[in-house]
Amino acid sequence: MRNDLILRVVAKMVIPFVLLFALYVQFHGDFGPGGGFQAGVILAAAVIFYALIFGLADARKVVPEPLVESMMAIGVLIYAGVGVAGLLLGGNYLDYFVLDPDPVHGQHRGIFWVEVGVATTVSGVMLKIFYMFAGRGKVDE
Amino acid sequence: MIIDVLLVLMAVIVWVLGRSRNLFGVIILSGAYSFLMATLLVALDAVDVAMTEASVGAGISTVLLLGALFLCHSEEARPVRKPWLPLAMVISVGALLVYGTLGLPEFSNPQAPIHTHVVPRYLNELKEEVAVPNVVTAVLASYRGYDTLGETTVVFTAGAGVVALLRRRRKDREG
Repeated sequence: MRNDLILRVVAKMVIPFVLLFALYVQFHGDFGPGGGFQAGVILAAAVIFYALIFGLADARKVVPEPLVESMMAIGVLIYAGVGVAGLLLGGNYLDYFVLDPDPVHGQHRGIFWVEVGVATTVSGVMLKIFYMFAGRGKVDE
Repeated sequence: MIIDVLLVLMAVIVWVLGRSRNLFGVIILSGAYSFLMATLLVALDAVDVAMTEASVGAGISTVLLLGALFLCHSEEARPVRKPWLPLAMVISVGALLVYGTLGLPEFSNPQAPIHTHVVPRYLNELKEEVAVPNVVTAVLASYRGYDTLGETTVVFTAGAGVVALLRRRRKDREG
């Protein structure tokens, strides 16, 4: 679909907004609907959209495979790391109250980083699965 | 009212899905089914779940299935035998599940056990404890943090499993 002018232009116009929406869903998840999982999927969907229009090779250049693979693990590590941080600060595992002198702020901080971890892992896994599936056949490469 | 219309549309789609042999049509219809499901969830005020259904069910699954379709024929092969045994199996399991739902409390009944156990505590003390307006996020990430950690690990494991499976295949083909 690389040569289809309409698709290319529409994709170029839409993808930034999809990415922005993913960030909104991520960081506004405390207040509105959404959260790490949804944001991760939307982020992955934006890259998949890019890959469908501009080809898998170009998408791999933008979001290289080693980055995607490490994102899968880094997300879980961030999440588990929040738990360990709670331990080090004298609370229980995944206890957010101790993350900040103000317990309510601590909760916010904990939720924020936990959601970052979820989004990282989810978008990494979704993209990796897409790369693996799309890379198997002759799909537009 | 809206919910009824959506449910009827979904039933129609399922009927067409069962009859259709064209896999491309099947994939597009299941995407449409997911979108209807997402709309239904919005009508039920479950916006978080609706968002997930729309992005995963209608978006990514459709793309992955289309990718799989690219590797095979677009017409489903006729089954060799008549599928009477599986059909009877599915119908009896379905009947059993419907029978099970008869024992559930009525839909949106405030006295249902799920609304009387920990939910009042979450809703009443959320403001002082967490102060996050979105209750879903607060429960997922804070009250149920362990569950979500497990969930994230499951997603990671699923990804690792796909990597392990598909990588080996490719090496076999080259060797």
